[in-house]
Amino acid sequence: MTDAVSTATRAGRPVISDVVGRLPEYLMIWVPLLLSAAHLISFSLWTIWISFTPSTLVPVSGWVGLRNYTAVLASRNWQIAFDNLLLFGSAFVLLSLLTGLLLAILLDQRIRGENVLRSIFLYPLAVSFVVTGTVWSWLLNPGIGIQKLVHDLGWTSFRFDWLVDRDMAIWTIVIAAIWQSSGFAMALFLAGLRSVDADIIKAAQIDGAGPFRLYRRVILPTLWPITVTVIVVQLQFAISAFDLVRALTNGGPGIATQLPALVVYDLMFQRSQLGRGAAAAVLMLLILLAVLLPYAAWRYIQRRQAGHA
Amino acid sequence: MRDRSFTPGRILIYLVVTLFAAAYLAPLAVVVLNSLRTNEEIAQGSMIGWPQHLAWGNYAKAWSGFCVAETCAGIRPYMLNSALVTIPATIISTLLGAVAGYAVSLWRFRGDNWIYGIVTLGLFLPQQMRLLPWTIVLRDIGLINTLTGLVLIHTIQGLSFTALFCRNYYVAIPHELIRAARIDGAGFFRIFWRIILPLSAPILIVTVIWQFTHIWNEFLYGVTFTTGQQQPVTAALIALSAAIADIPQHGVQSAAVIIAALPTLLIYLLGGRYFVRGLTAGAVK
Repeated sequence: MTDAVSTATRAGRPVISDVVGRLPEYLMIWVPLLLSAAHLISFSLWTIWISFTPSTLVPVSGWVGLRNYTAVLASRNWQIAFDNLLLFGSAFVLLSLLTGLLLAILLDQRIRGENVLRSIFLYPLAVSFVVTGTVWSWLLNPGIGIQKLVHDLGWTSFRFDWLVDRDMAIWTIVIAAIWQSSGFAMALFLAGLRSVDADIIKAAQIDGAGPFRLYRRVILPTLWPITVTVIVVQLQFAISAFDLVRALTNGGPGIATQLPALVVYDLMFQRSQLGRGAAAAVLMLLILLAVLLPYAAWRYIQRRQAGHA
Repeated sequence: MRDRSFTPGRILIYLVVTLFAAAYLAPLAVVVLNSLRTNEEIAQGSMIGWPQHLAWGNYAKAWSGFCVAETCAGIRPYMLNSALVTIPATIISTLLGAVAGYAVSLWRFRGDNWIYGIVTLGLFLPQQMRLLPWTIVLRDIGLINTLTGLVLIHTIQGLSFTALFCRNYYVAIPHELIRAARIDGAGFFRIFWRIILPLSAPILIVTVIWQFTHIWNEFLYGVTFTTGQQQPVTAALIALSAAIADIPQHGVQSAAVIIAALPTLLIYLLGGRYFVRGLTAGAVK
């Protein structure tokens, strides 16, 4: 693609006054972009460097090799956080995917009040995770929330105390996270459903396909690129989940709902173990890369195939 | 199959979507109702219930009454903090992102794809990778625990999103438009003001809504780089529930939650279409 600028300026060498005259535009373009790019690169390298130093309260120079990494990986805190991430990540992504898909298919049936319903399913996305976590911590608190309500209504043996149950507490985060962001999956799926070629649907209907067959065989297969995108975006959220857990369980009871982002924060700002905190942050980055790199490769292959077709 | 008549199948569809809608609305309804119940009333029953008489006083107390630590100024100072961070950071990052997106998509310069590629990495890199460096840098330049520091962070980080949104929008503008304007002697900014900006309303609305919602709702930076009276409202809400954990005041807390969530909820109600567009644009990257 040749562009307007370079062809125009290449005609003659830029003179000094020209450069000075164009200084404001250079500043407006380059300073923010360079600052942004520079801080992303240098801050990441900086954190990686700290993760190899014996830093505790303040960053110090020195080299301890992988000692911070082995210490973090061996800690119970991280092991629980990692197990929780596997459970939370897969349960949340799968369930919000299914919820979003179901809602999108239902809304796609030309129902009345679609706009209102769509707004209802999407409004949690406008609310902060802190608010979501706080509200769900009330609803799920057995002493004041749903369990108490059911008890007051007369069913006194009813139990719904996951929030204070070590084994089940992680599921409260799954519930709140699905409530907050399944609307996102719905919005993307609905856009996908609406872009399915009407002729294909008509042809399938003429062939006598019923609604279930139509969805299973014809419409849903076209949605899988969107499905991959939804999974990646939701996994990205799951891996860096912090606010929601902080407001809902704060990692408790005990450390039962610990997640990597909480471990990082705890090490860096509460235990003043900067080296280990940085190592945990780098581990988070590696987990993220394990998701994003295959996705990037897949996107690259898709584009190339699209280019050849 | 796609008719509007009420067959049993369609009644089932309406039933299921209504149930889902009720489940999505329930938490909001519970908090709104609780914000109008007295603390005693909630303590006697549960969080879920109808107000016996409307306790509007909760809002007054939440806004300017309750105490966190030694200060008893309610949520108002923290709302002000959030506004003083969110509004400037939203405006500056949107403007810079528009100029950057315009430069990268329509002017092209050497290395632009590289710089732009690195900037968009900011969408993926976890915030945790930048917490320590930001702490050190903010301390060195004297902006730790200031609202200015938060504005700076959100502006620089927000540029990743704003530049991406605007670039993706501007690449669709035909180059001939720029070329013709250049032949007429118009420069970079003149073309931006006269040609690009008038075409930009939709993408600027999307970007502003996205940035405002994200910065207002942000918590990690707020809690890491500010303390006490300097914190944004998200961090203050957490501090509030920790401070009164012994004697909960759920009525007042519910009112505080409503107040804190109101700005982004209002923006969502007013600009829902643009909100969704930003959501999908941010996802597809």
